[in-house]
Amino acid sequence: MAVELSPVSQIPAEFRVKVDHDRCRRCKRCVLNCSFSAIEFKDKVTPDHRKCVACHRCATFCPESAITIEENPMAYKDNANWTARIRQNTLKQAETGGIILTGMGNPKPYPIIWDHLVIDACQVTNPSIDPLREPMELRTYLGSKPNYLEFENDENGKIKLKTQLAPQIKLDIPVIFAAMSYGAVSHNVHKSLAIAANKMGTLMNTGEGGLHEDLYPYSGRIIVQVASGRFGVHNQYLANSAAVEIKIGQGAKPGIGGHLPGEKVGQEISKTRMIPVGTDALSPAPHHDIYSIEDLSQLIYAIKEATDYKKPVSVKIAAVHNVAAIASGIVRAGADIVTIDGFRGGTGATPAIIRDNVGIPIELALAAVDQRLRDEGIRNQASLICAGSIREAADVAKAIALGADACVIGTAALVSLGCRVCQKCYTGNCAWGIATQRPELTRRLNPDVGSQRLCNLLTAWGHELQEVLGSLGVNSIESLRGSRERLRGVGLDKETLDILGVKPAGVGM
Amino acid sequence: MVMTIDAAGMYYRDLNKQIRIAIEEGETEFVLNNINGQRYIGDAVEKKVKITINGTPGNDLAAFMNGPSIEVFANGQDGIANTMNSGEIVIHGMVGDVIGYGMRGGKLMIKGDVGYRVGIHMKEYKKQIPVIVAGGCAGDFYGEYMAGGIMVLLGIGCSDDKPITGDYLGTGMHGGVIYLRGEVEDHQLGAEVAVLEPDEKDMKLITKHVTEWCEHFGYDLNEVMSKPFIKLKAISSRPYGNLYAY
Ligand code: SF4
Ligand code: SF4
Repeated sequence: MAVELSPVSQIPAEFRVKVDHDRCRRCKRCVLNCSFSAIEFKDKVTPDHRKCVACHRCATFCPESAITIEENPMAYKDNANWTARIRQNTLKQAETGGIILTGMGNPKPYPIIWDHLVIDACQVTNPSIDPLREPMELRTYLGSKPNYLEFENDENGKIKLKTQLAPQIKLDIPVIFAAMSYGAVSHNVHKSLAIAANKMGTLMNTGEGGLHEDLYPYSGRIIVQVASGRFGVHNQYLANSAAVEIKIGQGAKPGIGGHLPGEKVGQEISKTRMIPVGTDALSPAPHHDIYSIEDLSQLIYAIKEATDYKKPVSVKIAAVHNVAAIASGIVRAGADIVTIDGFRGGTGATPAIIRDNVGIPIELALAAVDQRLRDEGIRNQASLICAGSIREAADVAKAIALGADACVIGTAALVSLGCRVCQKCYTGNCAWGIATQRPELTRRLNPDVGSQRLCNLLTAWGHELQEVLGSLGVNSIESLRGSRERLRGVGLDKETLDILGVKPAGVGM
Repeated sequence: MVMTIDAAGMYYRDLNKQIRIAIEEGETEFVLNNINGQRYIGDAVEKKVKITINGTPGNDLAAFMNGPSIEVFANGQDGIANTMNSGEIVIHGMVGDVIGYGMRGGKLMIKGDVGYRVGIHMKEYKKQIPVIVAGGCAGDFYGEYMAGGIMVLLGIGCSDDKPITGDYLGTGMHGGVIYLRGEVEDHQLGAEVAVLEPDEKDMKLITKHVTEWCEHFGYDLNEVMSKPFIKLKAISSRPYGNLYAY
């Protein structure tokens, strides 16, 4: 039994909320905006520093700019080994005896390989292309491609395609919104994503929480997920989709499952997940019907049968040491799309120990998988989607040059909706109305505004990708795919360069 | 009209396609003869058709099914009623592993034994309450992560010196109810379940489902009901609520 501890927590405040009382006009807007109850009004604005998570909601909405949030300088005396994070977690565990939970992506300073890759450009002998004048093609098609194409003449003597193509999804931009469940994020986030995906000709992904019927009108642009808990999965759900994804793993939490605590399962979530209000939604890592590639194949084909072979079936896995062999098995099991999620990917909630220490960087996983599938002559049989902390258009361009067909963005999409990466998503108190189900908070995100911000982000990335293509002297994203010659590594060791299949900077073609 | 299909040597995709097209054209009853391991029969079928299967169907029978009634005059294999939404399946034999995975509605009646991991992640939502009644005994992980629904296990024909289910019974269970006609030992139970004595309401529920089971398979209700039942329920709907430091 746990010993009753003193009611005073020993955990020091991480941040300090500074209020400039000369500027403050006592409108109390900060009090209303702080969903973590870190600000009260007692004669004047009075912060409780310990509760502040640095989400910056109060500061953003203070009409007098009277609030600043600072790190608490002496919360933990400086020490490069016993970092503040480690000491804070020790205290939390001493007080609760529990697993340290966290949200969003891995914050540890592992090398970010994207930032050690540079892109080629044309000079003198091969002209670059001006994207302002010339058409630039960002279109791409997801789905299994045949080994070869056969043609025949129709009755009028015209040539037509004889080969029956597997179902394909047309993307106008090779950037897809990541799987984020309704439950982890609010309904308004889902709606923003669905509207934006529809407008921009790309896709959103339900995650493992089912699909709210409000989103059925956008179903042509929605990937629906089938995870181990099978929440909200039924034949209408499968039918109302652009593709069906079997979730095996997630980059932020490879090898572990999801868990939506009962207190977040309210009326609407209970409806989409099809479970009673207030019960835990446990979705453990293993699908209890999948213990082998053959079992996976069985589920892939059950889904293909259930959708009459009209939808591509995707399999999502986390980037792990043996990812290339696993991906090869998945393609041979009949998947049309393989999504690989790297260890810097975000999440609504996961044990910090998993997020920060398990898995491998997406750059290495992607390169290894693409190479393996090429070596085995099956790269055409499935599209490759790259996920796990794609932060900017440059990451997309580099991923495509390393072999990805498309990239997935989760955190970037949420940041465009207001997320300040305070990493408290698991508390359900998100002040920006994103990772929360509290109605007074979810109202803060207007889906029309949200979808416009997402569209703007993708439009901007689209322009940037076109600029990159132009500088490379190619006019379509297809021409960049798998073009590792057009990348060079800076400051990477030989082994890493070998896995990436990229030469060091300074070496010519 | 009844459509009879001789499935001897037939590829499962051709068989299922033929059934799907016939359903679209209004066919309501099927008799499938010489079934021998064809997978995915009845998957995601929406209409209330009747399918009689003579022979042993392959894995994932009735996955994502929503409405049909299927009767199998032989054994079944693995993955029956995977994520099934509604409908009825009657199997005049034994079945394999992972039966009723994530099932959230409809009924599954099995004459004989069931394999491992039966009823995993079974759920319920409002009036949709799935039911699995099996006549024989079960393997390990019966009712694991069960979140809703009703499972009845009769243990008929099981050897007297062995419990009627395997180990890890109801591990992670956080909803639904399991009725066993027989005893289990403490070490077989998941930490998340409690063994209770069925009350009057439980007995009414058990009688209702067992009556139906007896009608399907020709057993005497009084004889089946003459042995006592036990009831397994989750201790908490939040079994892992205290696992985390916030
Ligand atoms: S938690 Fe957010 S809103 Fe509250 S005081 Fe801190 S920064 Fe401001
Ligand atoms: S989604 Fe909300 S709670 Fe999560 S990191 Fe972003 S702002 Fe913080």
